Amino acid sequence: MLDIAKIQPAHMLVLFVVVGAVLSGFGVYDRLVEFAGAGALVPVSGFGHSISRGSLLEARRLGVIGLFTGAFEFTGLGVATAVFFSALIALVANPRA
Amino acid sequence: MASPGAMKKKADDRAKYQKLASSIVPRPQLARNIAVAFVVGGLICTLGQAVMNAFIASGMTGDEAVGPTLATMILIGVVLTGLSIYHHIGEFAGAGAAVPITGFANTVAAAAMDFKREGYVLGMGAKMFIIAGPVLVYGILAGVGVALIKWLSRG
Repeated sequence: MLDIAKIQPAHMLVLFVVVGAVLSGFGVYDRLVEFAGAGALVPVSGFGHSISRGSLLEARRLGVIGLFTGAFEFTGLGVATAVFFSALIALVANPRA
Repeated sequence: MASPGAMKKKADDRAKYQKLASSIVPRPQLARNIAVAFVVGGLICTLGQAVMNAFIASGMTGDEAVGPTLATMILIGVVLTGLSIYHHIGEFAGAGAAVPITGFANTVAAAAMDFKREGYVLGMGAKMFIIAGPVLVYGILAGVGVALIKWLSRG
């Protein structure tokens, strides 16, 4: 996609996360996870799926508040670890010149 | 004012130039790039599956193992970034390295390391998500939007 459409990586990643969230809404992504396991969860589209899934799960449990708390139900761990480990590594490592 | 003849010559020259230029500009080696992205992306996901299987073998259910697996993959991505290795994988494999969550971790860690020189608060703190931020923003917009529609339609 980067070759054909000449888009920036960030645009492609945004597209992936949105597609993952939408496919999750149609129930397609759950089947993809069942079939491929980490093959469907590790790509960024799995991140979008996790937001949709958590948000819907918590909305059914808590109502409107759940829509928003649920967004980080499954993804909070990823975001927090990314921040934590990245800050640690930035303390000890420098970018190559 | 340029005469019609001169303008036509200019247009001809431009067409000639474009033809010449497009023959010289390197074309992305599409087949090679797709194949490499497929293999490397697949290998990263295979590693993820191996990590997940290890967590399941240690007594977790499949659902419980997802979080720790992703956290482990993020740690791997961050460490490879700190060692300046992920950068090479990215150059070699393009989207094959960018799309997995290790790539997400790589963009956060790389930004943290790069902007550290602008200070820990306004540099590292402010710009850590300079590349990964859009993924969070649109992921949440799409995810919460989808969940809202589904929740409203089913009650």
